[in-house]
Formats: sequence, C-alpha cells, structure tokens
Amino acid sequence: MRIGLFIPCYIDQFYPRVGVATLRLLERFSDRVTRSEGEAVNLVFPREQTCCGQPMANAGCVDDAAPVAERFMAAFGDCDYVVGPSGSCVAMVRKHYHGLVKDEDALHSVQEKTFELCEFLVDVAGVESIGGRFVGKVGLHEGCHGTRELELARGSERMLPAFSKIRSLLTGIEGLELTGLDRTDECCGFGGTFAVFEEAVSCMMGRDRVADHERHGAEVLASADMSCLMHLGGLIRREQKPLRVMHVAEVFCEALEIPLDV
Amino acid sequence: MSTAHAASAAEFVANGERATWHDQALWFVRSKRDKQAHSLPEWEHLRELASQIKLHTMSNLPALLEQFEQNATRLGAVVHWARDAAEHNAIIQGILAEHDVRRVAKSKSMLTEECHLNPYLERHGIEVTDTDLGEWIVQLRDETPSHIVLPAIHIKKEEVGELFHRKLGTDEGATDPKYLTESARQRLREKFLAADAGITGVNFGVAETGGFVVCTNEGNADLGVSLPRLHIAAMGIEKLIPRAADLGVFLRLLARSATGQPITTYSSHFHGPRPGGELHIVLVDNERSKLLGSEEFRRSLNCIRCGACLNTCPVYRRSGGHSYHVTVPGPIGSIINPARDPAEHSSLPYACSLCGSCSDVCPVKIDLHNQLLTWRREIVARGLLSRPKRWLMKLTGAVLSSRRLYSWAGGMARLGLRITPRWLVYSRLNPWGRQRELPEPPKTSFRKWYDKHEEGR
Repeated sequence: MRIGLFIPCYIDQFYPRVGVATLRLLERFSDRVTRSEGEAVNLVFPREQTCCGQPMANAGCVDDAAPVAERFMAAFGDCDYVVGPSGSCVAMVRKHYHGLVKDEDALHSVQEKTFELCEFLVDVAGVESIGGRFVGKVGLHEGCHGTRELELARGSERMLPAFSKIRSLLTGIEGLELTGLDRTDECCGFGGTFAVFEEAVSCMMGRDRVADHERHGAEVLASADMSCLMHLGGLIRREQKPLRVMHVAEVFCEALEIPLDV
Repeated sequence: MSTAHAASAAEFVANGERATWHDQALWFVRSKRDKQAHSLPEWEHLRELASQIKLHTMSNLPALLEQFEQNATRLGAVVHWARDAAEHNAIIQGILAEHDVRRVAKSKSMLTEECHLNPYLERHGIEVTDTDLGEWIVQLRDETPSHIVLPAIHIKKEEVGELFHRKLGTDEGATDPKYLTESARQRLREKFLAADAGITGVNFGVAETGGFVVCTNEGNADLGVSLPRLHIAAMGIEKLIPRAADLGVFLRLLARSATGQPITTYSSHFHGPRPGGELHIVLVDNERSKLLGSEEFRRSLNCIRCGACLNTCPVYRRSGGHSYHVTVPGPIGSIINPARDPAEHSSLPYACSLCGSCSDVCPVKIDLHNQLLTWRREIVARGLLSRPKRWLMKLTGAVLSSRRLYSWAGGMARLGLRITPRWLVYSRLNPWGRQRELPEPPKTSFRKWYDKHEEGR
C-alpha cells in the first residue's frame, strides 16, 4: 500500500512544520487502512510534485494551470491514496481538474483516492478521536473549500443535519476547549489571488473572522487550511495579537506529544 | 482587466464603521433567512424541485412563452415583445403616449431599472414615482438601488431623515423610522391618487393560465394599478413558470430566501385587465436568450431575484452594491452582467473569494461560484485580464511546471525574506503587506528536510 504525501507548494516552502506534522500523523494512523493483515504501508513523498495549479486556475488562466495539474497526476498516479493537509488544494484536484487533465480515466481514479488529511483520518482510517492532551481554548476556522466543496462539515446554508469531521477529531482531546463563533463558516477572505486583487475587502473579511474568534475567547486559531491561516496569521502578527496560529495537524501532534523536528 | 470593483470596494471599506454596519445589516437578513429555511424540513427538496422546474422551463422556453402569450391574450391582456432595453422603453412610452399619461406610479421592478426606464420616460415629459419606499428613497437621492430586494440598504435612517426634511419638509433631525415612513406614506398617497397609469414588474408569469404574480410587502403594486385604468407589467422572459401549481414551490422559497419572511405580505395574482381597464404585458429579452444559448451560463436564468446570494456574499456585504456599477450586483450580477458586456464588467467575476456560500444559499440551485470561475476563464480567453496579471500567472505557471525552477524560486523567496530590509519587502508594490505580515521564512523547505531526515529510512 502506497500513500502519497501531497504537500502543497506554500506549505512545502513556508510551513515545513505542517508537512512534518502530516507525515507523522500518517505514520501514526495509516496502519489502519491496510487491506490485508501484514500488508506494509509505504508512505512516500513524490518529489515531482510542485503545486495543484489552483492559483492559475482560479485566475482563469487554464493554459497555465494545465501543465501543473498534469505534473500532479504524474507524481501521484501510482499511489493508492493521496493525502494532503489542505482542504482547498484537495478540492482543486477533486472538483476542478476536469478540462485541465487529458486522461479522464486516470483523473477519475486520482480524484477518488485523493483526500484531505482530516477526511482521510475519519473516513478512511476510521479515527474517531485523536486522543492525547492539549490544554487551551481553540477556535476552529473551517475553510470554505473544505466545507462547501469537500463537505468536511455541513455548511451553515444547508438545511441538513450538522456535522464536522475536523471538529469531531478535536473533540476527544483532553483539555482542549473548542470555542464558538457568531458566524460559523464565513469566508476569511484569503481566496488566493483575491487576497491581493481585492486587498481591502480581503483584509476586512480577515479581521472580522479574527474578531469573532477573539470575542469567543479563543487562544489558539486552528484550521485544516494553512492558506487561510497564512492570511489570518499575517493580520494577527501585524496587529500583534496574542492568538497562536496552528494548523490542526500541529495541534494533533502536540496533543499526542509527537515532536516536530524541523 | 478593469479594476473597477476593487477600487470602488476599497473606497467603501475605507469608511470602516459604515462598511461594518452594512455587513451586519445584511448578515442579519441572512440569519433571518436561515431561521425561516430551518422551519421547513423539506427545504433542500424544494430547492431541487425549483431548480428542475426552472431548467425544464428554460429548455422549453419558446413554446412556454407562446403559451403564456396565448393565455394572457385570451384573458384580455395585450402582450408585447421587446428584444432589448430600447424596445422595452419605446413600447412602454408608446402605450403611455397613446393614453395621454403624464404621471406613473411604478412598483419595484429591477427590469425597468436594468432598462433605465425612468430617465427615458422623464425625457418624454412623464413623471414616474417609484412607490416602493426603498426605491423612492433612492429615487429622491437621484441614485440607483444598491440591492435588488432592499434598494436603500446602504442608507442610514439619519440620512433618510435629512433627505425627507429637504425633499418632503419633515422635521429637521427626525430619525424615527415610524415617523419617516408615515410621512412618506402620506406623500405617496398623493402620487397614487394622481397617477394615470401603474407600472409593475412580474415575479412569476404562469404559462398555463396567462396570469402573473407580483410580490410586495407594502401593497404598493396593488394600489398603483388599482386606481388608474392602465396597468403595464414588465417581465423578463426568464420569469416564466409552466403551471399555477408550481407557484407553491416558488412562493415558499422566494420570501424566505429574500428577507426571511414565510411569505411576502402581498402576493397579488393578475389575470387579465380589471373590468373597464387595460393590461399590457411587455416580455423582455435584453440578452437573456444569449444566456439561454450558453451551456455554461444557462442555469443563471433560474434566478428568481431573491437577493439571497447578495446577503450571504462576504464581498458584497463589505463593498456595497454600488461598487459593482450595475443594476443587479453581487454574485448573480457578476454572472449576468459580463454576459452583456465582458470588457466593461471584467472585474466582477474576480470580486469573489470563491467561498461558494452563494451556491449553497441559492433557492434555485444556481452553481454561482462555479459560473464565476467559468467567467474568469472566458475573460482570460478573450484577452481581457490585465497584462501584468496575465504575465504574473504565466510566470507562476512556468515556475510551478518545473520542479527545479520551483525549488530554486522557493529557496530564493525564503532567503529574500530573510535578508531584504523590511522597508523594501513592505513597499507600496506589495499589496499583501499593506495590512498583513508575510510568512516568517523557515530555514528549510519540507522537501529539503525530508531529503535529509527521511530518505533511506
């Protein structure tokens, strides 16, 4: 069994800790996905990967996104599972690769086996709770693409029973108190190139999200999407707010006392 | 690419207090919608049904429109067909001239806004009064609506007080909504009584019966067409539904989605002219058939103009309707307006963080955020993305297509962030850094760490 580690470009280059945390969590939990007794799990990091192509695709530049998407396909074609710590990048592969990739059959198979980290832990590895101990008040930012495209949680617009896979993983951690929000899943305003093309609105959206978390007493701002946190964290650092910004994979590792040696 | 939206939005955001107030006012409407939608266990089923009815209607539009015309004519209405805004305006002005009309009472109609009917009629010496309170406020201010359901949502009650003091002679400094509304009501009564004709929009035209439904909360449509003998109804061709029974689906969705009410105060059904009166229905295309012919954007004709996508849009709420420079702003407007003039409205599909809330809130299941993404592709394909942005994307794509270039560029970025002086990194050329810090550059990338620690394990 080959599990391909999908480390999105900006995580690779700017947040290596999140990559390491993802790797360590998969090492911890991936033995639960073997199809037969004694099957070896081979966690690999295909070196040919760069980016999912979302920045170009979301700007409408499909011709520039296509070769990047093809590169992703080639890098992960021989994996049984592809797992990445970013709802948005995984949603790009699963929901927006049609028309970018030539081989439709291969695409279909890659889309079926590509998972966001928390989704993989819950749906494939059957993890109900991470366990361990993490003392603090954690505000969870549920990213839009994870929520509305991958359905990691039920969007507040939908009139169907509520659930959240990320929240469920955080719930069983001792000492961890999940704080609430007035607007449970409003966009943080990152939006890729939107963050610079529409800088004013983007920053106002971000500040509103941070304020909502602060009002509810969050000490840690966590998310399964590092891109949202790059934006929110950037605002938090500029204003020197005492909020600690963490990817949920880092929270899980800290709870399980897994050292992140990077 | 025109940067029209981003620039106007930045101006709106610059008044932080006002932008926050606007955001909260509209979020309140979204919350009311959530509460009402929750009250119907079959909500998601209704959305699906409504979407299918509309898709069916759009696939059979020519036949259904002719059926509507036949039945409406049978009921005694006169049906007109307008290819575009100019024809729509000329037809209405022609009818009014024939009847020697000097004064018109008009209820809310985004179609007449889209066609700029008011200034056209005014140029022909006709006085038009918008009788919906919000519409009247924007008319008195010589502005356009900033929202399709709540036209004056961008105006505070203090400003309405000042406007009414100037225009209607109400007490100076008055801000009490009840007092201001009552004053408006009294003045509008005079307009209603003096009107020679009433113009309304149409929320739903029913092919099977030839009748149509107009939804209002103020009863102003009913009053406006009950006093004069002449009623003109302007209807976009996408407002059609096949059967009267379908109204049960749409009326339940419309007000809940729009304002969070179970139903509008008035849902008025018109079947032919009233005794002794005359009823004209103007069916308007104005580029709608262009959308009908497009595989990608056809679903946008499902729209029932409830405004729910505006209320939920985090960008609309914080940038205000006028920043879109169109009659129908927000997510739906950013789809239908580029279809009219892609060059003029090329910034609109980018006025969106692709959060997808609009698609999930839409009562007729228009895949709005996907259509916005499709529009971006169209804009690039037509060469309408600005050259710097186009080249930036080309460069980014080229770097990310090569593993070596990518690794090199990443290393340079980390190094650059460490050694470049702060004033240079955070110069005016860096829109990210105006209000935000860039990531703190780590010493190594994940892949370098992996090579060192994990390889060969």
